[in-house]
Amino acid sequence: MASRRPTSDSESRQEHTIQDVIQTAVDSISYGALYALMALSLALLFSVMGLMNFAYGELIMVGGYTMFILRDDSWVLLLVITIVVVTVISVLMERIAFRPLRDASPNTLLVASFAVSYGLQQLAYMTVGPIPKGVSPYPWLVESLDILGISVSRLSIITFVVTIALLIAVTAGLNRTMLGIQLRASTEDFDMARLVGVRANRVIVAAFAITGVLAGVVALCYVSRSGSVSPTLGQGPLLVAFVGGVIGGLGSLTGATIGGFLLGAAVTALQATLPTDLSSYTTLFAFSAVIAILVLRPSGLFARRAVREA
Amino acid sequence: MNLLTLTDVWVRYGRVPAVQGLSMHVDEGQLVGLVGNNGAGKTTTLSTVTGVLRPSAGTIEFEGKEIAGQAPDRILRHGLSLVPENRRIFARLSVRENLQIGTSGRKDRAKAKEDIEEMLGRFPVLERYHDQPGANLSGGEQQQLAIARALLARPRLLLLDEPTLGLAPLIVDQVFDLLEQLKSEGVTILLVEQNAARTVSIADRVYIMRTGGRIEFEGTGDELAARGGLETAYIGF
Repeated sequence: MASRRPTSDSESRQEHTIQDVIQTAVDSISYGALYALMALSLALLFSVMGLMNFAYGELIMVGGYTMFILRDDSWVLLLVITIVVVTVISVLMERIAFRPLRDASPNTLLVASFAVSYGLQQLAYMTVGPIPKGVSPYPWLVESLDILGISVSRLSIITFVVTIALLIAVTAGLNRTMLGIQLRASTEDFDMARLVGVRANRVIVAAFAITGVLAGVVALCYVSRSGSVSPTLGQGPLLVAFVGGVIGGLGSLTGATIGGFLLGAAVTALQATLPTDLSSYTTLFAFSAVIAILVLRPSGLFARRAVREA
Repeated sequence: MNLLTLTDVWVRYGRVPAVQGLSMHVDEGQLVGLVGNNGAGKTTTLSTVTGVLRPSAGTIEFEGKEIAGQAPDRILRHGLSLVPENRRIFARLSVRENLQIGTSGRKDRAKAKEDIEEMLGRFPVLERYHDQPGANLSGGEQQQLAIARALLARPRLLLLDEPTLGLAPLIVDQVFDLLEQLKSEGVTILLVEQNAARTVSIADRVYIMRTGGRIEFEGTGDELAARGGLETAYIGF
């Protein structure tokens, strides 16, 4: 008997480890995909109109507060209204803040995006206040799902499935529809696109609407996981997505998406695996790697030759 | 009938006037050549007509309607389509997508689809590489793509900016053959070219432009020959 106890202990520990590894892997992939959606959004706006939209994080914050307000309503309503509200705010952002600056330099646009970002944060401070509001996810979401004897959180699986489905849908839309072709042409040479008859307002509003829908979905997944919303909620994920996009190359939609995925997955994995006393240095580790990559490949991992030569 | 009429057009880059009081016109069904030295203001003129630049004074009328200062996508919808300098095809889009986007200004989607197939039939090279990215085409092939893309807008007036620049002599011949073919089909063309002699040989009328967008000569090839030909016109500044 005495000889069997340690064996079963180590077996159970091993099971526990496998369990952890798989949960961490699923988490990393699903949150990597979430950051990929954000990086894709940033890259789309950046390449269509030269706008690095730092106010994109505030769309997630707006989504979070919408969820907070609707926390007692049915989940269908919460899903639909959150996505609609975030999309409308995104389109309004274009109409009010960025359209008057359409021909301005990227620097002016960048400063404007900071202004919108801080403006929305301050609005949140003044109206709902600085204290984080709890948005407890539906109990069903946090339950674990048993897949082949391994339990994985349902939220991770849903995040993964939804983000991958959206990435596929956006890719298909960009490749198969006339609007998608116009958007891709605009990311390459906006002035030429206008010369062949692409309506500037139409593609730019479409870009803000598409990235708004994506921000709505990111808000739903992200806030369900974090469980609370505060005025600065969007800053963290925006930074990771932005830097991930830069690693991949913001001029290339595919590159930025992959960059966002890799950095998002790495950050999530580091948070889960680093020892407790080191886990606050997650960003330090991640961004050190980023600096190393940018020293070696300044225009991003996936920059096209033509872009680099230009 | 005058299709395009520029009257006393001035264009400035900041305070530098690039085009000073330019007046010219293109008649329906004609091929009009605009030649002149580097920096004369030819590209500036086309950029202003297509809405990329805004004239500081003067009028630009297309079919009698004032179009100066309108956005490029709106001007295209009036029926002016540009084959720009350096072709500017969309390198990451496939050849077919480059053609599809050429129909952006049209409402007749079904007919536009047919026209794309017809255009692929007309340019066998484009048919062969239809699913390849535009970047994979050679310079001459890209020029064909740029012309096909512009034609798919079904323009009333086709504007070409240096379509033979940087192309091999054999390909230059092909481009001029194509232009003559389009002319015989009744397409109205405004051709900006460095290759003055070739342009004079196919154009109904030519303008010779000198620095500042000033017109040195205006008339037919015969009238130019009567005045001593191109050399006199170029040297006689």
